Amino acid sequence: MVTEPESKFIRIDDQEIPFVHGQTIMDATLAAGVYIPHLCHFPGITPQGNCKLCTVEVDGKPLAACTSPAAAGQRIRNNTPELNESRKALTQMLFIEGNHICPSCEKTGNCPLQAMAYHLGMLHGHFPAQFPVREVDASHPTIMLDRDRCILCSLCVRASREVDGKNVFAIAGRGTHASLIVNTANGKLVDSDIEPSDLAARICPVGAILIKEHGYDAPIGKRIFDQHKINEIGLEKIYIAGAKSDDS
Amino acid sequence: MTEHLHLLHILHELQQKHRYISEKSICEVAAQLSLPVSQVRAVVAFYAFFYSTPCGHYHILFSNCTSCGYRAGGTDLLRLLSQKLSVNIGQTRKDEQVSIDETSCIGMCDHGPSLLINGVPLVHLDAEKIEQMATLIEADKPLNGWPPAWFHVKDHIYKRGLLLDSSLSAGDGLRATLTRGREGTLTEIIQSKLRGRGGAGFSTGLKWRLCQQAAGEAHYVVCNADEGEPGTFKDRMLLQQHADALCEGMTICAYVIGAYQGFIYLRGEYRYLLPHLQATLMHRRKLGLLGTAILGQTEFDFDIDIVVGAGAYICGEESALIESLEGKPGIPRSRPPFPVAHGYLGQPTVVNNVETLIAATHIACKGSAWFTALGTPASTGSKLLSISGDCAAPGIYEYPFGITIQQILDECGAVNVQAVQVGGPAGTLLDQTAFNRQLAFEDVGTGGSFMIFNQERDILTIIHQFAAFFAHESCGFCTPCRVGTILLKQGLDKIMIGQGARNDMAELQRVSELVRRYSHCGLGHTAANPILDGLQYFSQAFEQRLTPYDFTARFKLDAALQEARQLTRHDGKEAHLEQGQD
Repeated sequence: MVTEPESKFIRIDDQEIPFVHGQTIMDATLAAGVYIPHLCHFPGITPQGNCKLCTVEVDGKPLAACTSPAAAGQRIRNNTPELNESRKALTQMLFIEGNHICPSCEKTGNCPLQAMAYHLGMLHGHFPAQFPVREVDASHPTIMLDRDRCILCSLCVRASREVDGKNVFAIAGRGTHASLIVNTANGKLVDSDIEPSDLAARICPVGAILIKEHGYDAPIGKRIFDQHKINEIGLEKIYIAGAKSDDS
Repeated sequence: MTEHLHLLHILHELQQKHRYISEKSICEVAAQLSLPVSQVRAVVAFYAFFYSTPCGHYHILFSNCTSCGYRAGGTDLLRLLSQKLSVNIGQTRKDEQVSIDETSCIGMCDHGPSLLINGVPLVHLDAEKIEQMATLIEADKPLNGWPPAWFHVKDHIYKRGLLLDSSLSAGDGLRATLTRGREGTLTEIIQSKLRGRGGAGFSTGLKWRLCQQAAGEAHYVVCNADEGEPGTFKDRMLLQQHADALCEGMTICAYVIGAYQGFIYLRGEYRYLLPHLQATLMHRRKLGLLGTAILGQTEFDFDIDIVVGAGAYICGEESALIESLEGKPGIPRSRPPFPVAHGYLGQPTVVNNVETLIAATHIACKGSAWFTALGTPASTGSKLLSISGDCAAPGIYEYPFGITIQQILDECGAVNVQAVQVGGPAGTLLDQTAFNRQLAFEDVGTGGSFMIFNQERDILTIIHQFAAFFAHESCGFCTPCRVGTILLKQGLDKIMIGQGARNDMAELQRVSELVRRYSHCGLGHTAANPILDGLQYFSQAFEQRLTPYDFTARFKLDAALQEARQLTRHDGKEAHLEQGQD
């Protein structure tokens, strides 16, 4: 049973792509330019697998592509009507769980959640809105925390720990009461050591963490998803650079 | 040592002392244990038995289980007590004397309606007892002055089989293990074909083998004593009566896999068993069955600590349990890697259920042939059942695998049965057509819960209670479970209040399948089972409540106007909509 390292492949939607040992299905597909919808995954940050949008069928079994190791010979279904329909329902769940105000949100046009909804053909929330009561933290001079839009993807939690080396955020609470909390004695962002240049401050895929005084910088037509589609590989660099990006 | 320093234990002490855990305490504990304040805050917010505002001096949690719940006696005892004491449910009375709320099943399903008062179970409730309780509380009578019989948790064992019939003396299993040696013992466990009794049914011998072979700085044995599945209480009896055999099973496992440390993770609802378990551990240390050089064997050192949970069903999931052991919220890990290779503190860990470990002790002592002589080829040995609900004799029954549902119903005195929920809400809802099926991993699998519902029960109410249970117990980690379980509960709410239309049944089916297929762990994978089974086998229970309309609102319009009528003091007939006159 000797297999040569270079002969390792997985097959995704009838396309054969290579992988190296240690890569997840998501790593391998992104490297090969194949898009699997995702919101809580970000290259270079430890995957968590909590949004479940990247669920693919591996030999018939549903698995989160971001946390599942690639293994030789896997037959994977990704871009199928059934999976995309379920991803749309999951996206709808994320919308109705929080308080999303797309038309007036300053992240509009730069928001991966919104872009995902367009990508999946989501035209309405479908499920009953939950209207949760969530706390806004405007205490920090340059960074705003509006939990209304938080989708509990934990990207800020991981980015702060793994990239910024700061551990500013955590998720607390159970079930639908889960919420993003700040690792300071009074729980306020102002007492944390977060800075606008931190990845944690810029990685939020929704409008839950916002850099102050930059809202609506780019006019409609110049915002990220006016010029890009969410299924373009490598978009992360652009939205980390911020809303000012009007390049293509 | 660890018992006192464990985050959950420190928080429990604070909760007992101050009746809540303040922000100040959270910061102090974080400093004391050198943990991020966010971790301590997250733990406090995760576990049901920790509170961020003060509870009453008498803090009462009624079980909301279908078997030991506050409605099980036919009267809503929760509301009755709240009225007697003039306290709002979920709030502490202004004088801080009392607070009342509900909690998930507390494992007293063979003891009628039950509650926890300041963490101690009080059983066999009825309206009269509620009345007396109210008087005692208003008189500020301490709990040790209350009738002792109220707190008496008796083990009702109606049928003894392979395990319960045979008695072992402390050390018997270990001595046999030492005689047989590591590999010989493991071979015996593998040959017994013992499968995990928690419900998943993974081969115990294979689990031990995989852990033994996994490389690590240390190996651990963990006993999952967190049975939280509504309708399950057999571990309660086993912990009470067979703690020695349990500890011995852990020690045998430790010997096989090379572990020096073990943990019993005890569910918070069973905290009252803690002194007994600690005494068992002390006794075993004295006998040389725990500690260093066990039974005189040099290099056979092993000891057990107990960690007590704080009210979270999800901690019965083995990786969530390990997270909880590590002092974190009980959120299931992504797998692979599995705990056998990457468990407690990232080290190889065996997590076994109470009944599994006790069975292992018996197998070590009596051999695999003794065990495989009973059961079916794929499900060897016996299974302990916690039988509750509508039957003459609720309690513990031990049967060989392969027994049919109907035989069990006959033996426990269940007549006029409409449905049986095997394996708890996460298991299977069976109607009469399935009563000839067998209890076995290859047919109807179970962790031990066996709930019986007769023809008088409203099956939709039961399914609704189960849906509420999962929505309450979802850890919140993944989208489909966190949001989906809430939507399922709300979907049933709508049908329950008579606002459901036909498309609401289709929607329940659709969301159920989404939750089942896309969730992160077993809780989500099974949360919709009662609804899916209900839609399949009891569709008339849904249909008879539907409105004739294609689409309806989620609320009753007339009822929604009630507040406006109160505010305007205008409650005449003309202020009501026609449809809502009732």
